[in-house]
Amino acid sequence: METAELTQEEQFQARIDADVRIEPKDWMPEAYRKTLIRQISQHAHSELVGMLPEGNWITRAPSLKRKSILLAKVQDEAGHGLYLYSAAETLGASRDQMLADLHSGKAKYSSIFNYPTLSWADMGTIGWLVDGAAILNQVPLCRTSYGPYARAMVRVCKEESFHQRQGFEIMQTLCEGAPAQKQMAQEALNRWWWPTLMMFGPKDADSPNTEQSMKWRIKRFTNDELRQKFVDMMVPQAEFLGLTVPDDKLKWNETKQGYDFGDVDWAEFWDVVKGNGPCSRERLQARVQAHEDGAWVREAALAHAEKRRQRAETVAA
Amino acid sequence: MQETHTIVVPDVSAEVRQQLLDYVLQLADTSLILAHRLSEWCGHGPILEQDLAMANISLDLLGEARSYYQYAAELEGRGRTEDDLAYLRSAVEYRNPLLVEQPNGDFAHTIVRQFLYDAFHYHLLLQLQAGPDQQLAAIAEKSVKEAAYHVKWSAEWIIRLGDGTNESRRRVEAAINALWRYSGELTTPSATEQALQQAGFVPDYAAIQGQIDEHVARVFAEATLPVPQGVFMQKGGKTGRHSEHLGYLLAELQYLQRTYPGLTW
Amino acid sequence: MSQKEWPLWEVFIRSKQGLDHKHVGSLHAADAEMAVQNARDVYTRRLEGVSIWVVESKHVHASNPDDAAAFYEPANDKIYRHPTFYTVPDSIKHM
Repeated sequence: METAELTQEEQFQARIDADVRIEPKDWMPEAYRKTLIRQISQHAHSELVGMLPEGNWITRAPSLKRKSILLAKVQDEAGHGLYLYSAAETLGASRDQMLADLHSGKAKYSSIFNYPTLSWADMGTIGWLVDGAAILNQVPLCRTSYGPYARAMVRVCKEESFHQRQGFEIMQTLCEGAPAQKQMAQEALNRWWWPTLMMFGPKDADSPNTEQSMKWRIKRFTNDELRQKFVDMMVPQAEFLGLTVPDDKLKWNETKQGYDFGDVDWAEFWDVVKGNGPCSRERLQARVQAHEDGAWVREAALAHAEKRRQRAETVAA
Repeated sequence: MQETHTIVVPDVSAEVRQQLLDYVLQLADTSLILAHRLSEWCGHGPILEQDLAMANISLDLLGEARSYYQYAAELEGRGRTEDDLAYLRSAVEYRNPLLVEQPNGDFAHTIVRQFLYDAFHYHLLLQLQAGPDQQLAAIAEKSVKEAAYHVKWSAEWIIRLGDGTNESRRRVEAAINALWRYSGELTTPSATEQALQQAGFVPDYAAIQGQIDEHVARVFAEATLPVPQGVFMQKGGKTGRHSEHLGYLLAELQYLQRTYPGLTW
Repeated sequence: MSQKEWPLWEVFIRSKQGLDHKHVGSLHAADAEMAVQNARDVYTRRLEGVSIWVVESKHVHASNPDDAAAFYEPANDKIYRHPTFYTVPDSIKHM
């Protein structure tokens, strides 16, 4: 057999090419492990920080039904963060270390959560647009090459399906409501449209990791492919709602059977990535504080568990 | 999963019906206010796993509150909805006991508030589910399973904090010191409750007091915490005399409904 | 102050009576009781389960992927262990 002559790395690539999933204890190139830990933890951090902008409206939700839905949704995000941290932990990363990297600013998370939520319509927009974009990013990840990541994403996608719908429902209710509500919806779309397009990451030409990630099948579509897909999907939905997408360059292109659209403000994109988003400091500060305020709680639980273990041993002895 | 049942209103005098309405609103307000407080933790819990746990408890209580409000709306019979009752009544009209409106404070305060309420709530629901009012019995039958989990969760945390580190013990003792004085109101019947106790709709609190005390004492003993004695008990929430905290909570809760009256969300 | 993390636990859920417990993921908890409760709060929010097992991750002993050939390939040629290996005359029913 020829495989005997292949290097470990070549064998690994052959398995990836044959769409065989890689599992935790399998041999993998160090760079593959590192890329995955970076990507999965970044994804987990995004879920965790992503709880904050929506959490901002749980106490002000306008009806008991909306309050329940929003709380359940933000809770799901905590769950998704947890599934993803668990997936990264199978690669030898500890959650503590990942959180430390988040808190020190070393690890990144999705920039979208560094924008403020200013009105109730933002809850609709986040569900409809932001989760819509997230789903486009995430669905291909259900087939990503690393088994635990793919399985976590299957669970995430299954649960996410209600998130986008509840967002659209909020938008629809606002758009069919009083003029003040419709205005609220349009104003929110104006603020969130461009940041949402930024969620797909830099242009392919400026995305140095894309090629290797595609080869390892960690990533299955390029940033620009997904961005195009998103615009094509969302424009008709905005039209249905009677909302105007804030882009003068937006135009249907018959030849490519897709929309042409304006260029993202890349200077703003990089500013936010560097930590200068309108709420970057507040988001990180909130996470650090929750973690620090919780330290004594986590410690007490461990101390109590240890006391119990010792008592059980004494009884047994 | 939210189901719609036909709501059965008991065949009673107008006076008892009004008392029953007040009492159901008290139950509704209590669950809503505690759910609201717990929901303030969402995204800020000490560890992800506990963030999820608190959100679950909050969601249970919200669901319970909605069932009571829907029943109250039916008892009232003036075409008001659950949201009208939750979002358009002022602080003096709210009937929740003082305990549940107290601020979250640190995790120890939240746990002590929760445990003191859970112990009462669980034993109350056990009685209500066997009571004469069909609707209350149905809500209680569903909620008692949730409350059984809540009281298990909060009791275990009381034990961990009491018998954990020096710091956790100091904090949980401070929380007990701050909140114990609100526990008495739970089982001190208001005039409405007294009337309904006589009519058989509200359980005799004296009868469940022993079970609650025993439950609390058992958990505190395991937590190596002394049960406070001879503490002066505050009351007033159940008759609309609240602490100053409730006004702010409602200002936030009711903000959109008050700013844009009469709209659908 | 110790900076120790709560231990990691593997979670197994029986989705309904009659089925095996299946691995669903992991979580952190200070003790076994908390691990079961956390598993309930994290992994059964949508009626996914009727029974939960938790095992502290450090107690799981796994086979080594390098042994895969020695472990699993020998079963490859034992096709006589599968019912389809055998031909049964068409006239024979219920077999």
